[in-house]
Amino acid sequence: MSNLSRRKLITTGLAATAGASGLAVAARLADRYGLIPPDHGGVYGAGTTLTYASHRLLTRHSLAREFAPSQISKAPFAKLRPFKNEAFSRMRDSGFVDWRVEVDGMVARPSSISLAELRSFPARSQITQLACEEGWSFIAEWTGVPLSHVLSAVGTVPEARYVVYYSIQPNWWHSIDMADALHPQTLLVHGMNGAELPIGHGGPLRLRIPRQLGYKSVKFITRLTITDSLERFKKGGNYSWYAGI
Amino acid sequence: MQKHMADSTWSLVDAAPAATVAPRHSALVRITHWITALCLLALLLSGIEIVISHPRFYWGETGNPMTPSLFDLPIPASRPWVNTGYAFVLPDQNGWSRNLHFEAAWAVIFTGLAYVISGLFGGHLRKNLVPAGAGLTRRALSKDIANHLRFRRPDAAEAWSYNVLQRVTYLLVIFVLFPLAIWTGLAMSPAIVSVFPFLATVLGGLQSARTIHFFVSVLLVLFLLIHVIMVCRAGFSNRMRAMITGRAASRNENP
Repeated sequence: MSNLSRRKLITTGLAATAGASGLAVAARLADRYGLIPPDHGGVYGAGTTLTYASHRLLTRHSLAREFAPSQISKAPFAKLRPFKNEAFSRMRDSGFVDWRVEVDGMVARPSSISLAELRSFPARSQITQLACEEGWSFIAEWTGVPLSHVLSAVGTVPEARYVVYYSIQPNWWHSIDMADALHPQTLLVHGMNGAELPIGHGGPLRLRIPRQLGYKSVKFITRLTITDSLERFKKGGNYSWYAGI
Repeated sequence: MQKHMADSTWSLVDAAPAATVAPRHSALVRITHWITALCLLALLLSGIEIVISHPRFYWGETGNPMTPSLFDLPIPASRPWVNTGYAFVLPDQNGWSRNLHFEAAWAVIFTGLAYVISGLFGGHLRKNLVPAGAGLTRRALSKDIANHLRFRRPDAAEAWSYNVLQRVTYLLVIFVLFPLAIWTGLAMSPAIVSVFPFLATVLGGLQSARTIHFFVSVLLVLFLLIHVIMVCRAGFSNRMRAMITGRAASRNENP
């Protein structure tokens, strides 16, 4: 009997050590290949990490579905509650001619880019669906400059891992990894359905990331910060950082 | 050594009150059953929380507060821009609900895979769930349905083997409802659909997937309710004991 329990103890110990070191190796590998999201800790860390890791492996070259012009929603819904912001009101009254986007952080050339300059950059138009985490959705044609174009214009350093993007609304920002930042469908949108982007949909400038839910497509973009760590940038709200679901 | 192990195992079994208690469910069935039960409750609770943020359903690709709905749930919403007819807005609990929903979804996928793979190779599915084992005839099935509709107490033999209706229902839950819930769930993921567009297009679009996801959940709730009612009718303590300890008390000496 003592023989048996010693053997059991040794096998259990070996299995536990193998399991633990296997997990440690998997975690090291996953981190190295960018499969660990910044919100991997806590009770829900396992679920969000599994989702992020599997999506990063699966969606490396995938494009969000694009639709035919006939499928564009006649009634695109915007759930914008009126907000008071003096700077915004002032710029709206002058037709947003003073709207600028500051680009800072891990870039070779920190810049301040005007809306007119952004509009002069090569634009891309795509008809994609915006899906809100609440459950509703609509399809629109979005026109804007690929974020990758802006990033290469300012020269991101190789160590850069995330792009943090700020709204003019106070304390409102989100961030994405470089895989999504450099994705061809990730746009700084200034036009919608052939016209200027309406204020309700985030005009004059909003980010669109069609492979993630709507809450990552922040409206009224005024600043981009390129960084290698999100430690300083607490996640906005308690929603999952990655919203590809 | 091998003999020694075998002997000690047998003596343990002999020491148990073998005359009135016999093995019923394997450890794997019991563990996967309770993890699935826990996950299903988590998914239902968080699913209800998520759905009240927009209790309207649509068919096709798109749908929002500006478009007509297929049907509305007669409940208030947790967001002010949904016109529900109620004058008040429920508290918004989507933060933890969404996290819990996807964590439980991952857990139930791994649990389901473990159950199905081991059930295929271990013979559990063939022996205990394929209806042929209990004689799949129209008469047997209609008798079981009639008994279920009256919530009649199952006879003693059914403590040891699933009846035909149970087998058909469990197979439908395992191989139709859960996979359909996972499929329609994935069809709502913009990233997954960017790789596998057919997941959404085959169903008619994103909003169709959401609507089907809702109806599959309703069917799962219905299954859960009838399942629990029948467990109570059949003898709650003995059935719970069988699913927790793996052993059930038998009324006859030789079941």
